[in-house]
Amino acid sequence: MVPRQALEANLVTAPKVISRTSTSDDLAREYKWGFVTEIESEIIPKGLNEEVVRIISRKKEEPEWLLEWRLKALRHFLSLNYEEPKWAKVSHPPIDFQDIHYYAAPVKQAGPKSLEEVDPQLLETFNKLGIPIQEQKRLAGVTEEGPSKVAVDAVFDSISVATTYQKTLEEKGIIFCSVSEAVKKAPDIVRKYLGSVVPYTDNFYAALNSAVFSDGSFVYIPKGVRCPIELMTYFRINSANTGQFERTLIIADEGAYVSYLEGCTAPIRKTSQLHAAVVELVTLDNAEIKYSTLQNWYPGDKQGNGGVYNFVTKRGKALGKNSKISWTQVETGSAITWKYPSVILQGDNSTGEFYSVALVNNYQQADTGTKMIHIGKNTKSTIVAKGISAGHGQSTYRGQVQIMPTADNATNFTQCDSLLIGDKCGAHTVPYIEVRNPTARMEHEASTSKVSDDQLFYCLQRGLDPEEAHYVIINGFCRGIFKELPFEFAMEASQLLRVSLEGTVG
Amino acid sequence: MTQTATRYDRYQADFVHFQKSLSNGDAWLNEMRQAGVESFSKLCFPTAIRGNEDWRFTNVGPIANRQFAYPFEQASVDAAQVKALSPWDDGWVNLVFVDGRFDQGLSTPAMNRKGPYIGNLAALSAAGQAAARQHLGRHVDAAKNGFAAVNTAFVRDGAFVALPDGAADLPPVHLVFVASRRPQPSVAYPRILVVAGRNSKATLLESYVTLADGAYFTDGVAEVILQEGAQMQHYRLMREAAEAFHIGTTQVRQEKDSTFTSISFARGAAIARNQLHVALDAPGASCFINGLYLTDGTQHIDNNINIDHLKPHTTSDLYFKGILADRSRAVFSGRVIVHKDAQKAYALQSDKNLLLSDGARINTKPSLEIYADDVQCKHGATAGAVAEEAIFYMQARGLDVETATMYLVQGFAREVIDQIKLDGFRQYLELYFIESLPKYQFRSKNQGP
Repeated sequence: MVPRQALEANLVTAPKVISRTSTSDDLAREYKWGFVTEIESEIIPKGLNEEVVRIISRKKEEPEWLLEWRLKALRHFLSLNYEEPKWAKVSHPPIDFQDIHYYAAPVKQAGPKSLEEVDPQLLETFNKLGIPIQEQKRLAGVTEEGPSKVAVDAVFDSISVATTYQKTLEEKGIIFCSVSEAVKKAPDIVRKYLGSVVPYTDNFYAALNSAVFSDGSFVYIPKGVRCPIELMTYFRINSANTGQFERTLIIADEGAYVSYLEGCTAPIRKTSQLHAAVVELVTLDNAEIKYSTLQNWYPGDKQGNGGVYNFVTKRGKALGKNSKISWTQVETGSAITWKYPSVILQGDNSTGEFYSVALVNNYQQADTGTKMIHIGKNTKSTIVAKGISAGHGQSTYRGQVQIMPTADNATNFTQCDSLLIGDKCGAHTVPYIEVRNPTARMEHEASTSKVSDDQLFYCLQRGLDPEEAHYVIINGFCRGIFKELPFEFAMEASQLLRVSLEGTVG
Repeated sequence: MTQTATRYDRYQADFVHFQKSLSNGDAWLNEMRQAGVESFSKLCFPTAIRGNEDWRFTNVGPIANRQFAYPFEQASVDAAQVKALSPWDDGWVNLVFVDGRFDQGLSTPAMNRKGPYIGNLAALSAAGQAAARQHLGRHVDAAKNGFAAVNTAFVRDGAFVALPDGAADLPPVHLVFVASRRPQPSVAYPRILVVAGRNSKATLLESYVTLADGAYFTDGVAEVILQEGAQMQHYRLMREAAEAFHIGTTQVRQEKDSTFTSISFARGAAIARNQLHVALDAPGASCFINGLYLTDGTQHIDNNINIDHLKPHTTSDLYFKGILADRSRAVFSGRVIVHKDAQKAYALQSDKNLLLSDGARINTKPSLEIYADDVQCKHGATAGAVAEEAIFYMQARGLDVETATMYLVQGFAREVIDQIKLDGFRQYLELYFIESLPKYQFRSKNQGP
């Protein structure tokens, strides 16, 4: 065990509390989640090689097949000669993949009975993150249950520290735990579906993730069960020079339903941090997964230093008939976002949805969008993407709609709109559309403009100051997406938007 | 790389022979050809699959893998055949090029081409040469485009249209490029240079037609310069043989308040690509680019349109339509870039496709890159079959399904054809395009398999 390494000096003092229910007063002008928690953590030396993968696997007490799978992924990754994909419209200095810690975990303390016994540092962090006290108790491992609506899995530096509401969920047969736990609890399900949607050969970062993923959430909803509460995972990068490689796997069995939320934050650091996650969703017949993301990794400072590189592969497979997968994302953080939540519409009559708001400010870059692959008959997909660029930000919508010859009567509707604030930013739209079935119907429309002068004038005339007027208009522009989010999340998304837009006008 | 080198040996060998065959080599032209062949040796044809975004959906391997001979001997072509193949009006100024070389006998005699210079590059006077030299090869980027590079290497003749300031009331200029029937697969390098002076007005039609039926390759380059206030109606007709290959590169540069209206029609060819790049280089410049493509068999037609809004107050409007039958494939890539500080740009882009058969495939990519904020840009794309409701409407009024679908497909094509202001050309298309629309059996969504 190596003690926590010396922390960088660039910390924010006295951070305020922020939560899913925080108000605008809680949110000051800059990134308030930038604190570092000094929790004793176990960290393995920098570098990427078979030994590192073996250590990770051993620490997680994984079965042989999983280690083999990781090693295959690692060999594939190394065969790519560290050549990152170049097609995205983002630029960053080359990443040294040997200069990263691939595993860091808070040191475990066994079974605290009450809040007093919990590592105060851990508790402090939950406070700062604004996780309500009832949920905090659960996260800290205190056993009592209370009236709250969300089950939370907190992931620190890719290690799941605690999951709440286990009891309620277990009664329904729902498994909601960390992936490493799931490997022990439900090995057959994990083995069957892990890598079935995103194989390790899929892309550069998926290969890396498959080799070194440390943890993430696992959800299994059994046949015919409608998950009674929202499931949420809170991701947090804490250690310095640590890559975060979590892996999420959600399976909704026949007729099941689940709504899953994820939130993410990271400390302020001068150097950039790498986050390369993989999310796989599978829906069987008549099942539905609703996946919402509020992504607020540290975006870097005003000069574009630091910030998280968010290179994520998210994909759902609507395997069963009449199944549905819906992605909703609000992307305000990260220095660079590279993310394309996709749906493979394999089952007949299956539905895929993608609702997105991506906001870039200062020197942020976002290349995000979706892929809808229509294979089954009567499959339907809807894409609504809103991009907002401010400062020197560059945002790109990159989407692919593919209608295969087997997808009779497939329909797609795509709408992507971009708003520009200031003359130094950029907004780009790159849709790839392929139709190979004449009975398909595909419609795509996009527009780019600045905030309308008429609308601004209207607001100003009614006494709003220019900044507030912009916020009101932009909030309206995004409303269609926000209403797809669970209520508290929608509130926070709207507040996040306000904070991210601070200082862009006037 | 050795493998690629041998693939292009034929071009290199022909170039050596070609250089020797030039009796009076002007120094500046020789220099340009040399630069062209050097770029081509470096670039070759864009056959790479990985990281080749510009050619992602069009594989030019079949062109690179074949040997096309440069036609050193001029073929003789019958005038009646040319008139039957291409749109023709004796009132137009017709310049006929066979395999890329000017055919005086078939073209409108020089004395009837009064005023501005409308003729071939090879016959230029010293003064004319000086004018051509200012622009020829200066606009198309041969250092980045292998097809333009090899065309530049073999520049020998071509069409040169130079309109003086204020030129108007000119007859339409018709440039006909005929591929002749040859014993072996050959390549032609049509070259066009158009310089429209200030406030000039002109109509220009390019026709690419064929007498051959086997494989041959047309690699054309056109450079069009519109000076302040110039207005140009531009039409481009591609009607190549079913096994032919056609790559056309058009580079347009627009100055202040100039207007470029272009309508292109593509039909035939195994692999065809229409690459158009418009640089809106001064305030008030606007372009309206329309196109109709029709594919059947296993044809592949690619429209690659790039618009650069370089200065404020510029307008672009792209409107393309495609009809795809059998196992054919069409590609549309529109790329509109609004550069930094090109405020008040207005850009529209649309691609609509009608898929008539199960094996047909469309890849459309209407992209926008915006680096200025005070802009209005929109794009859209659709693909699908004919609307069932419309068929039902006509059936209810007594038309059978075949007739109803025929009307709908014709109507879809006519929207573009009806915009043609040049009567002779519109009539030609009505006859030729509409008649050649594929027969198509409507399949209802409500019927079983």
